[in-house]
Amino acid sequence: MSNGFVKQIAEEKYKYGFTTDVDTDIIQHGLNEDVIRQISSRKAEPDWLLDFRLKAYAYWLTQTCPKWAHLDIPEIDYQSISYYADPTRRAKGPQTLEEIDPEVMKTFDKLGIPLEERLALSGNTAVDAVMDSVSVKTTFKERLAEKGIIFCSISEAVRNHPELVRKYLGSVVSYRDNFFAALNSAVFSDGSFVYIPKGVRCPMELSTYFRINAAGTGQFERTLIVADDDSYVSYLEGCTAPMRDENQLHAAIVEIVVLDRAEVKYSTVQNWYPGDEKGQGGVFNFVTKRGHCRGEGSKISWTQVETGSAITWKYPSCVLSGDNSVGEFYSVAVTNNYQQADTGTKMIHLGRNTRSTIISKGISAGHSSNAYRGLVKVGEKAEGARNYSQCDSLLLGDKCGAHTFPYMDIHNETAVVEHEATTSKISEEQLFYCNQRGIKTEDAIGLIVNGYAKEVLNKLPMEFAVEAQKLLSVSLEGSVG
Amino acid sequence: MLKIENLHATVAGNEILKGIDLEVGKGEVHAIMGPNGSGKSTLSNVLVGNPNYTVTEGKITFQGKDLLSLPPEDRSHEGIFLSFQYPVEIPGVSMVNFMRTAVNEHRAYKGLAPLAANEFLKLMREKRALVGLDGKLANRSVNEGFSGGEKKRNEIFQMAMLEPVLSILDETDSGLDIDALRVVAEGVNKLHTSDNSVIVITHYQRLLDYIKPDVVHVLYNGRIVKTAGPELALELEEKGYDWLKE
Repeated sequence: MSNGFVKQIAEEKYKYGFTTDVDTDIIQHGLNEDVIRQISSRKAEPDWLLDFRLKAYAYWLTQTCPKWAHLDIPEIDYQSISYYADPTRRAKGPQTLEEIDPEVMKTFDKLGIPLEERLALSGNTAVDAVMDSVSVKTTFKERLAEKGIIFCSISEAVRNHPELVRKYLGSVVSYRDNFFAALNSAVFSDGSFVYIPKGVRCPMELSTYFRINAAGTGQFERTLIVADDDSYVSYLEGCTAPMRDENQLHAAIVEIVVLDRAEVKYSTVQNWYPGDEKGQGGVFNFVTKRGHCRGEGSKISWTQVETGSAITWKYPSCVLSGDNSVGEFYSVAVTNNYQQADTGTKMIHLGRNTRSTIISKGISAGHSSNAYRGLVKVGEKAEGARNYSQCDSLLLGDKCGAHTFPYMDIHNETAVVEHEATTSKISEEQLFYCNQRGIKTEDAIGLIVNGYAKEVLNKLPMEFAVEAQKLLSVSLEGSVG
Repeated sequence: MLKIENLHATVAGNEILKGIDLEVGKGEVHAIMGPNGSGKSTLSNVLVGNPNYTVTEGKITFQGKDLLSLPPEDRSHEGIFLSFQYPVEIPGVSMVNFMRTAVNEHRAYKGLAPLAANEFLKLMREKRALVGLDGKLANRSVNEGFSGGEKKRNEIFQMAMLEPVLSILDETDSGLDIDALRVVAEGVNKLHTSDNSVIVITHYQRLLDYIKPDVVHVLYNGRIVKTAGPELALELEEKGYDWLKE
C-alpha cells in the first residue's frame, strides 16, 4: 500500500453537535411503573393508554436485549436514563409561537427547520418539530385540516382523535414484537400522527424533525400514519443530536397503515450523532418501523439514508396483506470510524400478486461494521408474489466490514424471488485517476459514493436529496486511509 | 516549459529512474521510446504525481513552478494531462458528472465561476465530435464497459475538455487497431497548437507516423541514452534497441 493517500483521520464534521440551554423539565432517572404513570399523567392520557403502557412494561420485563444482530451492543443501564424530558414551558404539549421558548425556536432555525410557516423550507413542507420528549410545534395544521388531513403530535391525537389512535396504535407493531418495541410502548413520548382521509392526495410533504437535546435522557418517539382508501402522502423524517461523550438511547416505533389503493412514501435522513473518531459517544438507534398494506393495491415505499448513530438496528418492513399491494425499500447506510449498523427490511407477502423491491447500498469506512439483513417471506396464499432484492456494499479502506444476511422463506411455488449482491471497493487507482483530472480526493469520494447511491437518492424528495448528497460526503470525510 | 533535472525515482523501493535530464519547449512534440522496463511509464507517473512513485533526487520545473511540490490535482490544474495507458473504470459516476466536476475544479483554481449546465453540455458536444465519441457517452459511467479503443478515445476527449498545456500520452497506441489509432492521433493533432506541448511515450514507430515528433529520446535502464530528430524513430524500427544498450 502506498502512503500517498494515507490521511490523518480527520475529526468528523458533525455540524449539528451543539446543545441548547433551555429550561427542561426532566423526570427522575430510572424505569418502573411509577415513572410510566408519571409520563402518562403529564400527558393527561386516558386509562386505556396507561393500561397499554403498563402491559407493555410488564412484557418488557420478561425480555432481554436481542443478540442476533451483527452488532456489539454494550450493556445498557435502563435505570440510568430519564424517560421524559420536556423543553417547553408548560407541560401541555404544543403552544402558539409566542409561547415557545426562543431558545427552542433558535435551535430549529439553526437546524434549518424554521417553525414559522412563512419561512417554511420550500413553502410546501409541513413540519412537526419534536425536541426530546415533546412536540414543540406543528406547522400548516390548519391548511391541512381544510382537506380533512390530521397532522399533529401523537399526544395531541390521543386527546383530540382518541378513536383513531385507539384503533390503530399497536395494530402494526405489537408491544410484544420485540424488546425495544416493548420498551417504546411502555414509555413512548411524542412523535407524529397523520391521518389522510379517503380520496385525498396530501398537497404538501409532511415531515417530523426529531432533536435530542437534554443529556442523560432517551428519546422514544412514536409515529402513526394512516392512509385511508385512495389517498396519498409523502412523509419525511430527519434526526440530529448534540455531541456528547456518553451514549444516548433512541428507541422509536413507526407504524403505517395503508388501505385500499392508498400510497405512503416514507423518507428518512437519519443523522443522529455518530460518536467521535475513537468511537466515544453517539446515539444507540433501535427502531421498529413497519407498514401494513391492508387493502387492494396498497403501496408503501421506504427510503432511508442512514449516516448517523453509533449503533443502528433498524428494519423498516412491509406486510403485504392486500392483493396486488406493493412494498419498496431503498436504503443507503453509511458507517465510518467505529459506527455499527445492522439494517435492512422484511417483505412479508401474504396477498396475491404482491410485489416488493429491495435496493440496499451499504458504505463502510474506517473501523466500522455495516450489515444488511433482509427477509423475504412468501405465504401460502401469496400466488404470483414477486420480489427483487439488490444488496451492494462499498468499502473504503481495509479495516471496515460489510456483511449481507439475506433470508428467504417461501411457501408458495408461484413466487419469483431474485437476489443480487455485489461488493466493491473505492480503489486508489480510481482516486488517482480523479486527482489527475483535477478532482481532489474528498470530492472524488463524494462523486463515487453519490454515484453508487444515486438509485436510492433519486427516490428522495428534491430538497432532501440535495441534503443527503452533502451528508454522504461529509460523513466520509477523512475516511481514506 | 518543462525542465527535468537529474531525476531519480523508485517504485516499491526499486530505483527505476536513474538520473533523467529532459527539456520540452513550448509547442514541441517529444517522443520517448524504449524497451519494456526502461522506465517510460515511471517517468509519466512521476510527472503527474502518482503516490506509488517516490522521487528520491532531482528537480522538475514546469512553467517556472516547482512541480514536485504540487499535489496531483494541482498539477492537473496547472495544465498537465496524462492519457493513461490503462484508463480506470469508475462505476456509477457518469462521464457528464465526472467531467463537470473536473472542469469546474479547474475553473475554480483559475478563479472562474462554474460553467452553467447548458454551456457545459455544449462544450461536451463540441469536444466529443473531435474524437468521434457518440452522444450516449455522457450518461455512461466513466470507462465502464468501454472497449479498448473507446477508452483511449475517451482519454483524448478528456484532454480536449481540459485543454492542457502539456499532454503526456502513455502508450496511447497499445491495444488500438489501425483505424482507432488514426482517430486518436487525429484528435491529438487537432488539439496541438504552438502553445501546448506533447510527450508521446511509445514502444513503436507506428503512432509516430501520425503524430510527428520534433525530438525523439531513447530511454534505457532509467536514463536517456540517445536524443535525436524524428529519423531516430525510424532507425529504431529498423534496428531495434540492442545497439543502444552498450
